[in-house]
Amino acid sequence: MEHTIVRTEKFNAYFGANHVVKDVNISIPKNNVVAVMGPSGCGKTTFLRCINRMHELIAGATCEGEMLLNNEDVYDMHPIFVRLKIGMVFQRPNPFPNLSIYDNVIAGYKLNGIKMAKAEKDKIVENSLSRAALWNEVKDSLHKKGTFLSGGQQQRLCIARAIAMEPEVLLLDEPTSALDPISTASVEELLFELKKNYTLIIVTHNMQQAARVSDRTAFFYLGELVEYDDTKQMFTNPKDTRTQNYITGRFS
Amino acid sequence: MFKTLVILFASACVIPLLAILGYIIKEGITKINWSFFVNVPKPVGEAGGGIANALVGSFIIVGVAAIMAIPVGILSGIYLSENKTSKLAYWSRLSVDILQGVPSIVIGIVVYFWIVKPIGSFSAISGSVALAIMMLPIIVRSTEETLKLLPDTLKEAALALGMPYHRMILKVILPCGIGGILSGVMLSVARIAGETAPLLFTAFGNPYLSTNITKPMHSLPLLIFNYATSPYDDWHNLAWGASLILLLWVLLLNIITKLTTRKWNIQL
Repeated sequence: MEHTIVRTEKFNAYFGANHVVKDVNISIPKNNVVAVMGPSGCGKTTFLRCINRMHELIAGATCEGEMLLNNEDVYDMHPIFVRLKIGMVFQRPNPFPNLSIYDNVIAGYKLNGIKMAKAEKDKIVENSLSRAALWNEVKDSLHKKGTFLSGGQQQRLCIARAIAMEPEVLLLDEPTSALDPISTASVEELLFELKKNYTLIIVTHNMQQAARVSDRTAFFYLGELVEYDDTKQMFTNPKDTRTQNYITGRFS
Repeated sequence: MFKTLVILFASACVIPLLAILGYIIKEGITKINWSFFVNVPKPVGEAGGGIANALVGSFIIVGVAAIMAIPVGILSGIYLSENKTSKLAYWSRLSVDILQGVPSIVIGIVVYFWIVKPIGSFSAISGSVALAIMMLPIIVRSTEETLKLLPDTLKEAALALGMPYHRMILKVILPCGIGGILSGVMLSVARIAGETAPLLFTAFGNPYLSTNITKPMHSLPLLIFNYATSPYDDWHNLAWGASLILLLWVLLLNIITKLTTRKWNIQL
């Protein structure tokens, strides 16, 4: 049995009176890539944002149920601590425009006021950028602003920034939706490498992407978790008719 | 035809500025020399004298006003941009907008009754308070508008890295908006540097050099007002020179504003 890192128990999320995530029970095994897919508005992004408690930052947003990280409820922990343990990469690359590439990578330390020796910082920067497959492209321009990079490079910079904090889980919210096909390919390739060290949960509305990158896939529909299985199983032999309709393109 | 008209009117906008600049420079430049900067005005009948008292006074009054208005203005601006819909934000935004429209002479008279009357003496600090009240709306609104333009994704990026709220504001939001905030501050300083009305019955004026902010103090616009309306040629000359200095000061601030906005402008 694989070690479970994130588990939910009857998890619900709301925007005001709007019930967007309904009774979700899911177990996410360590060092896996789990794709969360579904049509627009099915609650997949909201669910993702509940995992590191970003959901509650929106006015009127609430949630209930258990959200366990290593069997500890994240809603009993301090949100800041949760977000250090669970990193996040957003739909659009959002490097800090006022910081250099170098400072962007260590932003989590620098902006939190954690002092480090230069050698240590250098090591984290090189390590994180290498693992984000960006080191070779930017090693000569580390002190340029992060916003000078192309969209795909910026997104990998954001991934480097998230993994520099050594999180246990990395959440990716449609990380390639704003990228061109070549950048998308490089980010997808990266996910494959990253799962050696991290557990990745990726939201995508692109089925091909879910099929390509993930070990397991969760299908959300109208706020419900309809089906959750091995990716291969899910795409070759879905159990639920709604899943079947979705992956055969009968609705999107 | 229409196009020519548009071009004509567009060029017409430049004329008032150039005319004012040209006239003030022509009249003022001959009055300016070293002693103009280092001496205080001479009594009527004696030639020479300078505007050192007004120059120093203006710097002090405006400087103290800035120290009072900048922190309050920037913090309110942050509050307004962060809490767009709260009741306090609504009232605060409304008051700031109305404050911006209050005539400067009215602010002057109110400060007179608040500070000068109870203390029993005109003082530079009361002038600073009046000017700070005038600066406030400009700083608040420019801070708010600048910060509102920053994308929410930036905040999310910071919060998702485990940054506490206050650090997110201080280390990410403020640095990213610093260009716009600074330009608002500069513009507000430029705006009040030439204000005369609120100083008439607060800072009052002082023929001698004074650096005591609890005592009456001179300032450039006050000096211009007093001397230009006097019947003496020597004083007229000082007023012309002072006008040029004031104009250059405001012009310089505007240029610095443009440069800082360009230098600090952050590509999002």
